[in-house]
Amino acid sequence: MGVEGIGASVVRKEDRRFITGKGRYVDDIKLLGMTHAHFIRSPHAHAKIKGIDGSAAMKMPGVVAVLTGQEIVDDKIGNLICGWAITSKDGTPMKMGAWPAMAPETVRFVGQAVAVVLAETKNQARDAAEAVVVNYEELPAVADVKAAIKPGAPQLHPEAPGNVIYDWHIGDDAAVKAAFAKAANVVNLDLTNNRLVPNAMEPRAAIADYDTAEEHFTLYTTSQNPHVARLVLSAFYNVAPEHKLRVIAPDVGGGFGSKIYIYPEEMVALWASKKVGRPVKWTGDRTEAFLTDAHGRDHVTHAEMAFDKDNKILGLRVKTHANFGAYMSLFSSAVPTYLYATLLSGQYVIPAIYAEVLAVYTNTTPVDAYRGAGRPEASYLLERMMETAARQLKVDPAELRKKNFITTFPYQTPVIMAYDAGDFNASIDAAMKAIDYAGFAARKAKAKADGKLRGIGVSCYIEACGIAPSKAVGSLGAGVGLWESAEIRVNPVGTIEVLTGSHSHGQSHETTFAQLIAERLGVPISQVSIVHGDTDKVQFGMGTYGSRSIAVGGTAIIKAMEKIESKAKKIAAHALEASENDIVIENGEFKVTGTDKSIALPMVALAAYTAHNLPDGMEPGLKETAFYDPTNFTFPAGAYICEVEVDASTGKTSFVNFVAADDFGRLINPMVVEGQVHGGLAQGIGQALLEHAVYNENGQPITASFMDYTMPRADDLPSFKVQHTTTLCPSNPLGVKGCGEAGAIGASAAVINAITDAIGHNKLEMPATPDRVWHAIHG
Amino acid sequence: MSTVKLTVNGKAVSAEVEDRTLLVHLLRDHLNLTGTHVGCDTSQCGACVVHIDGQAVKSCTVLAAQAAGSDVITIEGIAKGDELHPMQAAFRDNHGLQCGYCTPGMIMSAIDIVHRHSGNLDEATVRHELEGNICRCTGYHNIVKAVLDAAGRMKVAQAAE
Repeated sequence: MGVEGIGASVVRKEDRRFITGKGRYVDDIKLLGMTHAHFIRSPHAHAKIKGIDGSAAMKMPGVVAVLTGQEIVDDKIGNLICGWAITSKDGTPMKMGAWPAMAPETVRFVGQAVAVVLAETKNQARDAAEAVVVNYEELPAVADVKAAIKPGAPQLHPEAPGNVIYDWHIGDDAAVKAAFAKAANVVNLDLTNNRLVPNAMEPRAAIADYDTAEEHFTLYTTSQNPHVARLVLSAFYNVAPEHKLRVIAPDVGGGFGSKIYIYPEEMVALWASKKVGRPVKWTGDRTEAFLTDAHGRDHVTHAEMAFDKDNKILGLRVKTHANFGAYMSLFSSAVPTYLYATLLSGQYVIPAIYAEVLAVYTNTTPVDAYRGAGRPEASYLLERMMETAARQLKVDPAELRKKNFITTFPYQTPVIMAYDAGDFNASIDAAMKAIDYAGFAARKAKAKADGKLRGIGVSCYIEACGIAPSKAVGSLGAGVGLWESAEIRVNPVGTIEVLTGSHSHGQSHETTFAQLIAERLGVPISQVSIVHGDTDKVQFGMGTYGSRSIAVGGTAIIKAMEKIESKAKKIAAHALEASENDIVIENGEFKVTGTDKSIALPMVALAAYTAHNLPDGMEPGLKETAFYDPTNFTFPAGAYICEVEVDASTGKTSFVNFVAADDFGRLINPMVVEGQVHGGLAQGIGQALLEHAVYNENGQPITASFMDYTMPRADDLPSFKVQHTTTLCPSNPLGVKGCGEAGAIGASAAVINAITDAIGHNKLEMPATPDRVWHAIHG
Repeated sequence: MSTVKLTVNGKAVSAEVEDRTLLVHLLRDHLNLTGTHVGCDTSQCGACVVHIDGQAVKSCTVLAAQAAGSDVITIEGIAKGDELHPMQAAFRDNHGLQCGYCTPGMIMSAIDIVHRHSGNLDEATVRHELEGNICRCTGYHNIVKAVLDAAGRMKVAQAAE
């Protein structure tokens, strides 16, 4: 390892602009002649639009246009799509209702846009929006997933009778039945995975700029995947052909999944920009984020696990109701199916698994992938199940897990995934040591003597990330391939530009990707620029989500670098009059092995571009590209243990300790990896203790601001003890596994298991607010 | 419309703004100081914190007109040329930021916290004092480390002056 190479915790190259106020986010951009958009949104969860009158608004100062849903439909802008086709048990395709960018006839959730006002200033647009009269006829609404499938429930879409999108299953029902028939013990569990709002700190924003002469659009947008945005806007939404549409995602202030999707506001901004012949800017406010950013989770699940007399797991049966909200968001269909049920084996040998998932429309904001996306739901379910089972079977929860761990690899689960490497005992042992698990009983007794309820909770997660082998996901219904691309340009002076299809919105790519170059080519990271987030610069890319950047995007960079090295070695060998096979690269020098002859990278690069003395037939230049398609997911895994103290008089939970032991394979920048873990843990703990997007029975959101929805703040969280165990990922040359979502996947169960241990029973749902915990204690 | 005159980052500035204009919009839209961010509409998140006459204030809770005559410092105004403020350096060195959106407000709040506690801080105090600033990326772990680190650096810097 060099001082800036793989394994070095170098400080981030990107930080200087952020700490000096020079970051450039979408809302920081101004274009000449820009108009400002303000959307008029439904106050009703379900209603018919009887009429929209914008005439008074049009007379107000600065108003440029009032545009409605009917106009966008008339102009043949396509409906929003769902990019992953799921087939029901009975072989029928999923039943998707139409979702126009602005509603022409019917609104189905509070916050759905029906019209937009464009004006010279943001305030003028807001003022004029107040004068737009929308006449609604209210319809009955339903927000709860189980209520929505009852006979007589309000119906959302004619395409989906009974509000059911699909009734899907995976695994072997007969094998599970047989397992339960011979079980010595069966453990039952009912639980809810609470609805969450991603709340990246930067609200979504878009600026669309139509060039009438070139018939060309530029879109600045808060996207995790600008090329996917361009593809979808072009191929499905009819906004413009791809070569007439440039999508730029500059600095983006967090995403967590919510900025994967192509939202109505971006479509409307592009369409409206052409309509009025001026740039259109929209910046969402926080309430709009609560109403319109895709939400996360919202599962109701019943599960049963069968054990033999030795407490070995025989089988698992799961039935989940997944609330999709009012429309199918871009990857919504994959979340409770292939990103959830395929992880239901967890870290355990479970010979038989059968899971059923009912996907249901309700009059709520659409739900899609949020940090972890399906895998937190699976992990929370399994880890609460293991804890519940240990208590029912009266065995130590850690011991029950160890007894059932998968210990040989590769391991084929009954639900598609083939785990390639891992050492689950190593991670739980590390976590148990870090928290002094053996000493807990004494600490609990002492706390009891002091009138406090103390509990400890374990959570052993595994996840599949680095999505994905394109062929595999294609066979499961994905509408896109999930490879990544990279281009490396070695400039004539030896500086390097890396163009990546991954997108950084906090993940530190500008540093860690540069470290990959430093490791191989011996170039200081200050000499390496990472270019991302612009479809006119980067050839193509699938973006950043699902913890895929280093495993897929990083490997694409390695593949491109191998080509660079190969050509550079040929040039060096020619210059040094040596055999190409004798050239080795050390600290930025191309050396003839066993001699003192060498040539530095800048001289090789210069030779490539002057082309005065290249090997016969070689093209000038030193630039290579690679497209990398992974051969498997990566499987990060780990153990989180949390120790809490609950105040029985207030129901408040306090952290005594929180330890993490993760296996992410090889770490490129441990400081960055630990930062990703901290953030994930905070979101998992937030889900467990604080966060909950609540609707009343009429579909009115009652948590639509930071006043009502409890975001984790500094004094809600402990400092974390984060450590690592290592098994290298065999499916990529770096040996890396994704680390971005692990914390959010594993933390929730550890917290709830600790609280239920403290209060002495298992009846507790997330978020475990003081009110809920108090009632759980006192009945 | 009103003319608002104030000092921003040591420079006298004047802007013609609507009466309802908030200080944060004066800074961002009229003075192009886009380092101060807007992360909510209920004065909860703290992405917009600046210093007014030496005190940390959420610039979304102040009308531009209310800031007339005052001395405003934003994230753009705390480094001395190329030399970072100790709090900026501590955020970088402790990986106290990821996406960077909450960072300017965090840094401006944190400087005020250190000043108010004369540099005598512990973890619990820092966590309590940061309650007005929301970060979604870092889990606060490294922000807390950065503030404690900077408190030490600022003490040293003060002693040297």
